[in-house]
Amino acid sequence: MSVDLPTVKKIASLARIAMDDAEAAALLPELNNILGWVEQLGEVDVSGVEPMTAVIPNTLRLRDDVVDADPLTGGGVRDKILANAPEPQHGFFGVPKVIE
Amino acid sequence: MSDYRIQGETGEWEVVIGLEVHAQISTNAKLFSGASTEFGAEPNTQVSLVDAAMPGMLPVPNRECVRQAVRTGMALGANINKYSRFDRKNYFYADLPQGYQISQLYHPIVGEGQITVSLDDKDPDAPTKSIGVERIHIEQDAGKLMHDQHPTMSYVDLNRSGVALMEIVSKPDMASPAEAGAYVRKLRAILRYVGSCDGNMEQGSMRADVNVSVRKPGYELGTRTETKNVNSVRFVQAVIEQEAKRQVELIEGGGTVVQETRLYDPDRNETRSMRSKEDAHDYRYFPDPDLLPLELDDDFLAECRASLPELPDAKQARYESVLGLTPYNAATLIADADTARWFEALMAEGARIQGKDEKDVATASANWLLGELYGALNRLGLSLADSPVSPERGAELIALVADGTISGSIAKQVFEIMLETGDPAAKVVADKGLKQTSDTGAIEAVVAKVLADNADKVAQYKDGKEALFGFFVGQTMKAMQGKANPQVINEILKAKLA
Amino acid sequence: MTDLTDLTVTEIRDGVADGSFSAREVAEGFNAAVAAAKPLNAFIVETPEKALAAADAVDAKRAKSEPLGLMGGVPIGMKDLFCTEGVQSTAASHILEGFVPQYESTVSAKLWAAGAGMLGKLNMDQFAMGSSNETSFFGNVISPWRRNDGGNTDLAPGGSSGGSSTAVSARIAPAATGTDTGGSIRQPAAFTGICGIKPTYGRCSRWGVVAFASSLDQAGPMARTVQDCAIMLEAMAGFDPKDATSLDNPVPHWEGALSGDLKGKRIGIPREYRMEGIDPEIDKSWEAGKAWLRDAGAEIVDISLPHTKYALPAYYIIAPAEASSNLARYDGVRYGLRDLPEGAGLQDMYAATRAAGFGPEVKRRIMIGTYVLSAGFYDAYYTQAQKVRTLIARDFGRAWGECDLILAPTAPSAAFGLGEKSDDPIAMYLNDVFAVPASLAGLPAMSVPAGLNGQGLPLGLQIIGKPLDEQSVLDAGLAIEQRAGFEARPGKWW
Repeated sequence: MSVDLPTVKKIASLARIAMDDAEAAALLPELNNILGWVEQLGEVDVSGVEPMTAVIPNTLRLRDDVVDADPLTGGGVRDKILANAPEPQHGFFGVPKVIE
Repeated sequence: MSDYRIQGETGEWEVVIGLEVHAQISTNAKLFSGASTEFGAEPNTQVSLVDAAMPGMLPVPNRECVRQAVRTGMALGANINKYSRFDRKNYFYADLPQGYQISQLYHPIVGEGQITVSLDDKDPDAPTKSIGVERIHIEQDAGKLMHDQHPTMSYVDLNRSGVALMEIVSKPDMASPAEAGAYVRKLRAILRYVGSCDGNMEQGSMRADVNVSVRKPGYELGTRTETKNVNSVRFVQAVIEQEAKRQVELIEGGGTVVQETRLYDPDRNETRSMRSKEDAHDYRYFPDPDLLPLELDDDFLAECRASLPELPDAKQARYESVLGLTPYNAATLIADADTARWFEALMAEGARIQGKDEKDVATASANWLLGELYGALNRLGLSLADSPVSPERGAELIALVADGTISGSIAKQVFEIMLETGDPAAKVVADKGLKQTSDTGAIEAVVAKVLADNADKVAQYKDGKEALFGFFVGQTMKAMQGKANPQVINEILKAKLA
Repeated sequence: MTDLTDLTVTEIRDGVADGSFSAREVAEGFNAAVAAAKPLNAFIVETPEKALAAADAVDAKRAKSEPLGLMGGVPIGMKDLFCTEGVQSTAASHILEGFVPQYESTVSAKLWAAGAGMLGKLNMDQFAMGSSNETSFFGNVISPWRRNDGGNTDLAPGGSSGGSSTAVSARIAPAATGTDTGGSIRQPAAFTGICGIKPTYGRCSRWGVVAFASSLDQAGPMARTVQDCAIMLEAMAGFDPKDATSLDNPVPHWEGALSGDLKGKRIGIPREYRMEGIDPEIDKSWEAGKAWLRDAGAEIVDISLPHTKYALPAYYIIAPAEASSNLARYDGVRYGLRDLPEGAGLQDMYAATRAAGFGPEVKRRIMIGTYVLSAGFYDAYYTQAQKVRTLIARDFGRAWGECDLILAPTAPSAAFGLGEKSDDPIAMYLNDVFAVPASLAGLPAMSVPAGLNGQGLPLGLQIIGKPLDEQSVLDAGLAIEQRAGFEARPGKWW
């Protein structure tokens, strides 16, 4: 499978990376090169093989339902949450107006 | 009801409805962080570094969310998947800090189940219908955008970001707005019984995506639209009505229905296309590599099952067959988990203080709750949860009637005073001297006076006008200010008039 | 007195503990070395005051005869992928320029708790994507090594932990943290003649480490000796309830158990790693490695890892797929760069911010990752790659029936010149051909210096171990170290 220019632009749009035609055109052969190369995986007989889920056998640990048990993963830290915000606004993050 | 049809110009159309209900799981902390889920906090105060998707932050699932989803699945008689996974649903939006929602697409935690709904809530003998549940999965809620605070900016509040939701997906088994309404109400009742969601639609802890399509009877399924985030039963029904009508008109006008996401505008009672979220969705789901597969062991499942309460259908059956309640009373009491809990506390306390079996106090308890108490609460504009009279106090009142301490009509007076003062029934009776008398001598004296004062009526009675018996009872009771035991009055009157 | 910057982690720790010198003297020495090494561009941010403060704390403890910790008095470089509280953390990307975390990664916090101090934040390939440290927004890192041809070609220090490898080999830090997704500790260690170990996936917490590919990312130490790596790994590893993939296993006392005696160990030599056109000098060092391990008492056995050739393509589907999603959070809303063109809406802001903030290699991988996950291609690419990954892990599982460790080259070549491969992504990716299989299987793997090639550049040998058996990996590394007698160091030209 190889991609064409409209596909490159569509992927860029899906990935939210602004890209003009020249940039997309430059990326096109690189992507096709890489995609062509990874396609050799198609040769591998994977019948009956499950996709990898956990590389090291381990089961999912669950957390107790306790609020702010660990300050590093708890709430009540608005100053920290907003410390790096490009546009903090009265305790909110400001973004360009969204019309729903 | 299932013969609901849209009358179009070209004939009748059937409506096919499926619902995706998002129910906030009742937990203290969020699905993947320790931040609180409490409603109504200051913006961004219930946000952890994890919820704000700071670089390097990782999710660790909350056991209670998993447990409640499993219990809910069990309550719907559904298959519980001992193996499930979390997947990422990738899209960009300001209320989605990670740039993906952690959800479950490929391996949901709960498989197929069902909900039985009555096709007429008012009629206990109405037929029922089984609505299939396709699956339940766990996912994160998004944050909130405020659009009206600033002329050129929207404000992002992440307090809800990461709150745990169950998405309960029905099969397209509903065929009318009424069925959909009954489904949502029944689902909400079950969630409240289980305790997995408070079912509070106004606060957004339960909301529905409504899938609607229309077809000519017997034809293939039509193209469906999905109306998002509908937050009341009434609106769910309105969406179906409006959307079905719109689709029929569209098709009959030569158009085609586009599979799309729509929004409901309650003010105009219409749905409209959500253009802003419509641009070529490709969610690129894949298993979340930060989370291993979720594997449930037998002990965990056993605890979930053992902790399930009696559910509405089973409860109704028991109320009728074991407690001997009328189907109407039973249905009314079980419709809401809080009412049933109140009733059972009332009944248990009554049985305890009267030294009787629950079934022997059940009817009196049900009648008092649904009659006296509901009447009073309605009048006062209160809900059961805010009742000034507790189940224990109620049971004491009922017991005073049962043991003949007061009559039913005195009980009404006592109850009115209890509502105001909160005093126990026995205290009200003692303070106001309302204790009923069964003193035969005293009653006989009054009866004798009543009969003497109404000699003409006695004559008429003896001539066969037996309806006057009630008059004599009433006069006696009145003379004794209602405090005579009506049973004793009856016996004495019968003897005297014989 | 010897130059303190020539000392290893072990020597510094022991010297501080026994009072041969103070931690402050060590920190001052390295701070000066860092300040004098600007041409290498190894650091994005220098934090001499942090190094001094940590040193003073260690000296104060010593004065009170309190324990100094596993890394007491050792100043280190911190790869800029680790979030450090109050110190800019960028993953070498413009999109995070100016981002000052309000939290400390688990691994760095453990190191500070063990008495280490921070010299600064180390340059790296942007978001750890690269094998030459040429993708950093903050400029290339220059290897301290030069070819012995008398020329002055700038060489790649390897990547993505290129700031780490350069700092350690140039002796401007005795040790540094690295992270390894598909070879990012081992390949730069090999290029610069130092040691580096990627532990078993799950040994080191990923909490607070900027994510590249979650199912592959592992932190590990880079230092000049095997013992130094053992000490530092012990300080970094350990269960973290904040990381759902963290392994709840006790941390062994690797340093204490370290032994170069390999009697009874079988060393597997995977025949599929003997690729066509292999550099004869690489092959020669591999042969030397076998001889050293045999000399240490091990038995050498031939093994087969049949799916080896598919590891790299599988990696270049899985890692970009995860990255495309992991990097979605860099959107200009909550932190980092925001590029808001006049009149732009929210989605335009995302696209502009990400276009301006990500470098070309990052964009390339996000594009690949987005494509392979997109509707209609997911199964053909992603699911297929994860199945192949299962087969690769199974290959290793089967091999452990025949051997205890695997010996292979770390990289297919010695360090190359900057710019030599940057026009050909696949040629660059092939650098990790020997490193990636162990990453896909989550196995512990280490690179140790094996000698110099004809151009006077270091070559590394890689040892891959069973899950959780870092001890055997370190032991074999020590056996090689003891026999390779690698004493070479880059001449100071900066």
